[in-house]
Amino acid sequence: MSFPVYLDHAATTPARPEVIDAIAQQLATVGNASSLHTAGRAARRVVEESREQVAAALGAGPSEVIFTSGGTESDNLAIKGTFWRRRGDDPRRDRLIVGSTEHHAVIDSVEFLVAEHGARVDWIEVDSEGRADPERVRALIERDPGSVALVSLMWANNEVGTVQPVAEIAAVAHEFGIPFHTDAVQAVGQLPVDFAASGADLLSASAHKFGGPQGVGLLLARRDAQVVPLTHGGGQEREFRSGTLDVPGIRGLAVAIQLATASLQDEQDRLVALRDKLIGGALDAGLDIQVTGAHEVGDVTRRLPGNAHLRVPGCDGDSLLYLLDAAGIECSTGSACQAGVPQPSHVLLAMGIAEDDARGALRLTLGHSSSDADVAAFLDALPAAVERARRARAASRGA
Amino acid sequence: MRVVAAMSGGVDSAVAAARMVEAGHEVVGVHLALSQSAATLRESARGCCTIEDAGDARRVADRIGIPFYVWDMAARFKQDVVDDFVAEYTAGRTPNPCLRCNERIKFAALLDKALALGFDAVATGHYAQIVDGPGGRELHRAVDPAKDQSYVLGVLDADQLARSFFPLGDTTKPQIRAEAAERGFSVAKKPDSHDICFIADGDTKGWLTRRLGEQPGDIVDTDGEVVGQHEGAFAYTVGQRRGLGLKVPRTDGAKRYVVDVEPRTNTVVVGTQDLLGVDLIHGDHARWCGAAPVGERRVGAQLRAHGEEIPAVATASGDSIEVRLDRRARGVAPGQSVVLYDGTRVVGSATISRAGRV
Repeated sequence: MSFPVYLDHAATTPARPEVIDAIAQQLATVGNASSLHTAGRAARRVVEESREQVAAALGAGPSEVIFTSGGTESDNLAIKGTFWRRRGDDPRRDRLIVGSTEHHAVIDSVEFLVAEHGARVDWIEVDSEGRADPERVRALIERDPGSVALVSLMWANNEVGTVQPVAEIAAVAHEFGIPFHTDAVQAVGQLPVDFAASGADLLSASAHKFGGPQGVGLLLARRDAQVVPLTHGGGQEREFRSGTLDVPGIRGLAVAIQLATASLQDEQDRLVALRDKLIGGALDAGLDIQVTGAHEVGDVTRRLPGNAHLRVPGCDGDSLLYLLDAAGIECSTGSACQAGVPQPSHVLLAMGIAEDDARGALRLTLGHSSSDADVAAFLDALPAAVERARRARAASRGA
Repeated sequence: MRVVAAMSGGVDSAVAAARMVEAGHEVVGVHLALSQSAATLRESARGCCTIEDAGDARRVADRIGIPFYVWDMAARFKQDVVDDFVAEYTAGRTPNPCLRCNERIKFAALLDKALALGFDAVATGHYAQIVDGPGGRELHRAVDPAKDQSYVLGVLDADQLARSFFPLGDTTKPQIRAEAAERGFSVAKKPDSHDICFIADGDTKGWLTRRLGEQPGDIVDTDGEVVGQHEGAFAYTVGQRRGLGLKVPRTDGAKRYVVDVEPRTNTVVVGTQDLLGVDLIHGDHARWCGAAPVGERRVGAQLRAHGEEIPAVATASGDSIEVRLDRRARGVAPGQSVVLYDGTRVVGSATISRAGRV
């Protein structure tokens, strides 16, 4: 194989050439955006223009854009910051209502608050497709509306690609005057994201998931949203996030979001077609493979256009991963690793999938560089990999 | 050949992997995750399989330019090595978990998985040599007697040997460290690991007691007189002298040793040193590195890791062997392995079931 087939865009997607140029250009320029002299003003101007471009692309106002180091920081700031602020205002607000299939940046922030700050949590159950029901959220709130500090539910899932009814759930939270946060790290760049229309109070996104650089992200925060900051210092970013701004990173993020937004509709159609071809090919390969979550040809309302999540009975995901990697196909098991070992996914378990079934998971995610040839190469390599991985599981289990 | 290099994160397996690459093989590094709750950082020379160790192995793999994966064998390791270790102590025997790990994990679960995935062999950083002999591949002692690990590999059969590489057997440990430094490996000065990897603090008795609970009982002498108390016979090993805490001294002042452990009655029997000498050993679970010997056979018998080799006559009979030592050996505990040598060549091994006198 002369070049690898990259099918892991949900992990990170290649930076676009225009983004790389913009970052390089900005890196060559001196200037701290907080300085008052000419160089500082020039840097500040780049940041503020970028902020306006991001705001325009995501249906937000410029003052609602908080630049961070990435999705994890944005999630931490939204969850912890809101909890501390809202409970500080009213000590009865010690309850969080949070999706059970969230990214670990959300789950671990919540568990930290439970362990160290006296928070309570109600996890929002999901159905077999991974979707949360707004009425279930309402029922959880109604147990004691005055005790809820925050409701948080991801826009789209990073493993199985399930798209959540965020606007409906934001509306339910607002009926009770409770703020709503959504982790939109996987959605931005793949689905139309309009912050104002979504009703969310807080929204997390990460540049390298939509063609920008790694290490920079954003939190959209409504003008009336208030948080206790995680970092203290120079008071940048509405005092939500002190620290010298990463001007080249922010420039790259803004260029990337503009490119992603401009091509969104065409790209969505193209990715859905590739996705459906990939899923269809895998299901028809006679390998007893199942697709996880909702799958309807052409649908983008329930599944991300670039996500295919397959379960291969009788295999360990890490064997599949190795065999496909050796065949030049780069993909993921989708679940978090502990010391390099993929763990059974909490997302699949929450969807009611048995632990043994969850071990043979394979996540293939498409993006702007994906092509028909990538999908064909994957489908070509799949049968031999599955056959070998099944033998390997039997062997390593001593069967 | 396509070879999996088992990489613990230590210096030996790092050099072994590099040597396999230089020998022209297509090598993939694999770190085995054996602990079900791996610690983040290594705390001492003991223990292994921390996330830091996996990271060390990954850096070496990066450096020599091979793919690297972590394979989760924690469930198999618990079942086949840790649970077996506990069961053996519970039964009054003294197991060697490194041998068990080689037999059931490294050259079984790992090798079988590698073969199923399309590899031809496994390479490890053990100090031992494989020699092509007239009757097939032979396992021999390493050239460095201080590091020789052929004892813990004595469980390998001919098929396993045919699928194994030990690239370090022709080199001494100081030379391996020097080679690792020359290769620029960050692990060149990493301390050797010692003792039992899954008992990080080295306190086997405490570890067993935490698992099995205290089971108080009597320590008796060979006449049946109670001379002390213990908190679980499972924690004692034949030949042990330290930590007995005997309350009743012998009138002649002679030192006393554990001479028997009776799990059925939860009793530890102590006696004088002369009772420990044995020259007739029965073993079962025999494994042969090649064809099983027929009839009586002159061998050298090694009774513990880094123990001396004692001239002996071995007679095999199915799964069992009888070994008559030319001179008495002390502190031979049931559960340990006897490994038989012909010169430097490993003939085979068995688990000691009982030991006595001719």
